Amino acid sequence: MVGIVSYGAYLPKYRLGRSCIMDAMGWLAPGLMTAASGERTFCNWDEDAMTMAVAAAWDCMTGQDRAKLDGVYIASTSLSFADRDSASILKCALNLKDDVTTADFTSTQKAGTSALVTALEAVQGGDKKQILLSASDSRRTKTAWFHEMWFGDGAASLVLGKDNVVAELVGSFSLSQDFVDHYRGTEGKFDYNWEERWIRDEGYGKIIPQAVKGVLAKTGLKPTDITRIMFPCLFGRAHWEIAKSMGFTKEQLSGNMHEETGECGVAHPLIMLARELETAKPGDKLLVASFGQGSDALIFMVTDKIKNLAPRMAVSGHLANSRTEYTYGKFLRFRDLLNTEMGIRAEVPMQTALSAMWRDRKLILGFVGGKCKACGTLQIPKSNVCVKPECGAVHSQEDCEFVGRPAKILTFTSDLLAVSIDPPASYGMIQFEGGGRMIMDFTDCTMNDIEVGVPMQVTFRKKYYDKDRCFTGYFWSAAPAFKKPA
Amino acid sequence: MATGIRDKVAILGMGCSRFGERWDMSAQDLIVEAFEECIKDAGIEKKQIQAAWFGTAFESQHVGLSALALPITLRLPFIPVTRVENFCATGTEAFRGACYAVASGAVDFALAQGVEKLKDSGYGGLPNLGSNGGPAHFMVMPNMTAPGMFAQLASAYRAKYKIERDDLKNALAHISAKSHANGAKNPKAHLRKAVTVDQILASPIIADPLGLFDCCGVSDGSACAIVTTPEIAKSMGRKDLVSVKSIQLALSNGYEMQYNEWQGDHFVTADKASTRAYAEAGIKDPRKELSMIEVHDCFSITELVTMEDLHISPRGGAIKDVMDGFYDATGGVPCQIDGGLKCFGHPIGASGLRMLYEMYNQLLGRAGDRQLKDPKFGLTHNLGGMPFMNVCSVAIVGRYN
Repeated sequence: MVGIVSYGAYLPKYRLGRSCIMDAMGWLAPGLMTAASGERTFCNWDEDAMTMAVAAAWDCMTGQDRAKLDGVYIASTSLSFADRDSASILKCALNLKDDVTTADFTSTQKAGTSALVTALEAVQGGDKKQILLSASDSRRTKTAWFHEMWFGDGAASLVLGKDNVVAELVGSFSLSQDFVDHYRGTEGKFDYNWEERWIRDEGYGKIIPQAVKGVLAKTGLKPTDITRIMFPCLFGRAHWEIAKSMGFTKEQLSGNMHEETGECGVAHPLIMLARELETAKPGDKLLVASFGQGSDALIFMVTDKIKNLAPRMAVSGHLANSRTEYTYGKFLRFRDLLNTEMGIRAEVPMQTALSAMWRDRKLILGFVGGKCKACGTLQIPKSNVCVKPECGAVHSQEDCEFVGRPAKILTFTSDLLAVSIDPPASYGMIQFEGGGRMIMDFTDCTMNDIEVGVPMQVTFRKKYYDKDRCFTGYFWSAAPAFKKPA
Repeated sequence: MATGIRDKVAILGMGCSRFGERWDMSAQDLIVEAFEECIKDAGIEKKQIQAAWFGTAFESQHVGLSALALPITLRLPFIPVTRVENFCATGTEAFRGACYAVASGAVDFALAQGVEKLKDSGYGGLPNLGSNGGPAHFMVMPNMTAPGMFAQLASAYRAKYKIERDDLKNALAHISAKSHANGAKNPKAHLRKAVTVDQILASPIIADPLGLFDCCGVSDGSACAIVTTPEIAKSMGRKDLVSVKSIQLALSNGYEMQYNEWQGDHFVTADKASTRAYAEAGIKDPRKELSMIEVHDCFSITELVTMEDLHISPRGGAIKDVMDGFYDATGGVPCQIDGGLKCFGHPIGASGLRMLYEMYNQLLGRAGDRQLKDPKFGLTHNLGGMPFMNVCSVAIVGRYN
């Protein structure tokens, strides 16, 4: 049996009330009115597809053994590096062993399901026991157009394996076609989109049914055998009409999440799948399909083991952890779509010493510190000489992970002088339970959220962007701890 | 057995430029302004200076690397000159080098000079170094500024002693108002306007809870000292001698930042450095024996907690002393009688020497409108870096014999 062993998700805390786009830009594009309801997710200034992929992966690994993973895949069309393996960054952010296979799946909206099919095949083939897949997207759009409203940012993560499967693969069917509803050239910042009516009728309307029929035929199942069907579609009414045309009822159709998040690109089919898994019962059959230069359609059957999964944030937890913004300028600035004056203070050298980054990779990407074998003191960063004054043992520290350790604020400030895309820049020292402390940037909070003693968690974030060299520097920040579902 | 440097070194002369936004002056111009006063005060010729220590912290903003700017500017006669940098303790480090050279008997006359030209950066506050601050810092340290680093003391101090925000803000405002009142009397000070507590409390927030008036000036300036032995000074006919009683430094070792004990509310280093300084100077009860102090009031909160680290106010008792006026010009231990970093200004490399300049002038009765009655011991204190990782210097000077 191969299938899904665990699932997780991540949605940024920030939501944009779509009405503010209409308010700001309706004078230019009055048609926006037709899509101006609900909210979409958007990344904080220090988030991107990479950081969301890490957050979803950590959610997915709740109660799971990271040592069992022997492959890590990322699927996205909005990664910060064209030539640097993002899956390896994810592997480091999870502090996995070095002997794992990594791969980035990209360049199409169906990359998430293609990676899923590939991972399942690799596990089926027997060479890999467990593969972690994170699908994540944060697509930039031109301002004052429908895609800005339709799109959202988000990520979902799955562990695929043979043991402890919570949703068994029943079958999959893949379809590849060079149907170009939109494209983004290698040098391009934005998508170029063809006419929506054509995409609706010739794209979604034909390709999704072809893939769904394909997987049903392959597995010998009928639409009535399927508990829930999920597939992305930007057009709300067409979404239902396509499902209906294939013989599904409204009760079977999983919503396209337009009202809550918007469509999260490559991650979207997997976010929909994760949301269904949260409430699925043993025996349920879930059909998920993607759309982008063809489609992958997969059917999973939920097993008894789903009851054993540890509580996690998943989609519903993140949907509940939200902060809605109606300041359109903030959305644009966070996405670097507005050329604001940042002052001469912002003009600093930003070169990253890649050799130093490699030496410190465990700290920078994995947030790994040290534990002194002589006295037991936890400390971060790990160092050659133990920091405990009465100890001072030399070369005594073994690796010690700090991600996931409960922590509290010891000191803090909110700084209006520091160069920040989201002033005031809040930061301070956090003290980890059981030992270790670090002075860190705070994120996903306002001045009112922070006080000495407030519980915090560390979260993988974009620390800086070096525009001269197109380099994104990642590190960990501290954010108010999630209130995890019990 | 080491005996320290108490009374082994006398200050022969001092000089200090006017501090401020000296748009028309380069670092070299400021060096000359301070040195001219100093060499005249010392009563020696330039060629008698046998060694010099040159302090500057943000050298990349003005003089560049090495000590060469000092001998080239002053045309010193091919003597040894060493550049020192140790955050905000830089000026005191230069002084320490010169004093140790004299105390060891290596030279008869040594020069310590500090300078900083900060107002060529194009923006307010201290320079932002980015990746030039070192790769390890750049990749992991938060996006901090100086006010933000020190503002965190306030959050931790409030939490530890359960103090309401307004009560702390009032004490901090009193500290700044006092320094403005003192600075207004100082012709060399950067900021010479008296301000009220209400004006201070109404000023915009820079890094919560610190407002604009909780922050010291960012200034250009230079200060210097020529030191010799008391014996040589006496042989030159000098009567009222100011001698060095102690110079101590304490540097963080990661304890505050990485071990689990420090609560973020005070300076471990200042506690250690001042304890050692009192021992070296033979001071038993600083609250009674110190006549005046110049502390590193980069921010009002730094001054507040430093009063406790210097063992003058009891732990948790600084607010009461401040509000009682104990540190005012008329109080038990006047603090920042020259206006402090707050109003005299803070050209990093010069600041430690500027503090000593005021103590020296007070001890010689030359402080004009600010003159305190019959001072005996003056303490200076610098704190460079950030509360969780810093360099602290404490120097004590006093009348010789």
